[in-house]
Amino acid sequence: MSEHRAGPLVLEHHVLKSLLGAWALAACAQAEADAVEEHLGACGPCADEALRLREAVGLLQRPESLDLDPGLRTRVLESCLERRPPRVPVPEWAAAYDAETARLDALLQDFGDSEWHAPVRLRWYESDEASSRRTTVAGVIAHLLTVDGLVAVALGLDDPLGDATAARPTPSDRTEAYWRAARFPPTRSVRAPWREQSHDLVRTVSFTGGGTGRLPVSYGDYELPLHDAMLDRAFECWVHAEDIAEAVDYPYDPPSGRHLHRIVDLAARMLPAVLEHRRLHGLASPVERHLVAAGEPGRSLRLEIEGSGGGEWLIPLDSPAAKGSAEHEVAHVALDGAEFCRLAAGHVSPREAAVGQVGDRDAIRDVLFAAASMSRM
Amino acid sequence: MPTTDVPPRWDRRMQQRLARGEAAALGELYDRFASLVHGLAHRVVGDEHAADAVTRDVFAHVWEHPGSYDPAQEPLRTWLAELTSRLAVRRLRTTETAALARGGPGTTEDLERTVRHASVAARADYIVQSMPAPLRAALELAYFQRRDYRQTAADLGVTDDEARRRLRLGLQLLATAHDTGAPGEPPGIGGAA
Repeated sequence: MSEHRAGPLVLEHHVLKSLLGAWALAACAQAEADAVEEHLGACGPCADEALRLREAVGLLQRPESLDLDPGLRTRVLESCLERRPPRVPVPEWAAAYDAETARLDALLQDFGDSEWHAPVRLRWYESDEASSRRTTVAGVIAHLLTVDGLVAVALGLDDPLGDATAARPTPSDRTEAYWRAARFPPTRSVRAPWREQSHDLVRTVSFTGGGTGRLPVSYGDYELPLHDAMLDRAFECWVHAEDIAEAVDYPYDPPSGRHLHRIVDLAARMLPAVLEHRRLHGLASPVERHLVAAGEPGRSLRLEIEGSGGGEWLIPLDSPAAKGSAEHEVAHVALDGAEFCRLAAGHVSPREAAVGQVGDRDAIRDVLFAAASMSRM
Repeated sequence: MPTTDVPPRWDRRMQQRLARGEAAALGELYDRFASLVHGLAHRVVGDEHAADAVTRDVFAHVWEHPGSYDPAQEPLRTWLAELTSRLAVRRLRTTETAALARGGPGTTEDLERTVRHASVAARADYIVQSMPAPLRAALELAYFQRRDYRQTAADLGVTDDEARRRLRLGLQLLATAHDTGAPGEPPGIGGAA
């Protein structure tokens, strides 16, 4: 055995001294460590330094709160803004997007390669059937980057699609174009551009979008005013953050009640037009009784959203121009806010959503299917 | 421990945006530095709730007094680390003193020892956060990721000699945290709080 063992390593003093840091950190080869330790018995100055550096290692400590409470951000920022009101505030309608992108970014913070490449199935409803598309966590962030890019383009910022061209400027075509244009599947490197763009959007709407936020944002097939587009992006950010959290088995909470309320409100406001569109395509019950003049009260469904962020909305059923009316209420559905959002995100089937319901069955069915049909990739 | 320093231009622009009263800038500042600030605070005060309070105080100070940071003097992260250490040690002293006054266990000497210990920890964290990024990166690899110095050298794209030099120099800097300063005072006192 001893025949095969190399003799002790002999190193010059300056090399031994240069090894002290690595030795203190237990970051050198065993033979080098042995040589250093033997040297320390003979060299006073090196022994003193070795002791000092070993003690210093004890001071190294990993920052402890890797998982910051996501609610702390809101509390800290609100307390700051109370003490000194901002001259350039973030518009109220952009606050949900600001908060949701920050929450998702915090989730991504400690992801390693295995998390970034974890498979995710995106789910939505198309022609009243459940659809899905397989991608990865990084692919989802790329999807958010390209669709948020619709708002960026409307605001005159750079288009994250760059030179890639989408068949049509719709969210799904843009996403497919981005995925196709990349030579490799998306990696963690997509996080920085996504986060930078989301910060840029919040900054830019603070300056240029203030007031009404009526600037139109094109989604290819339709337009939303900027303030609704920012809510829509907040909604999608949360929905996909949940997809990601589920894929890597992390817990993830719904948005704060205040933000959830605005998201539900956006969906409730969009429902009448979606119903009309579906009726024109034979997907919703025809209007049997009264055609309603614009601005007049019409048959309505009472949408009751329970839980934090909840409330009640009267959805006019026969025309987007009609006014929701309690006197003309024909049906009443009640469900939890997060459940409603999952329905509108196409993550829950309209047949299976946990809904309390009273009244006109066709009207209820139409509204639930209309909600699911608002979902997209 | 981020291994790269933010370019000074970012610091300067951030300071200007905060001074202009741009709420979006405050959000970005939080997103970049909250985990650093909270981590440093937690190390000193040793309690989640108190660390939250220090975090709030730090960002409130920056937001209310953006002019107290001078980008020409030092990087923003260094300045924030120092501010955090100072406010955290101050809070620890206040809460410990109050507990003692209420008849809590321990003596004044215990209190001084606790504060002194926390001050060393705060100085150490401050030193890590303010040392040149290449030294911080080397320590990060060797200590937290358990890479030996040859792997560290390869990861950083430097020679073995250079990796050994960075590890030794980084620890030498860190060791100065034990050197006496008045308790409760991180090094490089400057700026207001």
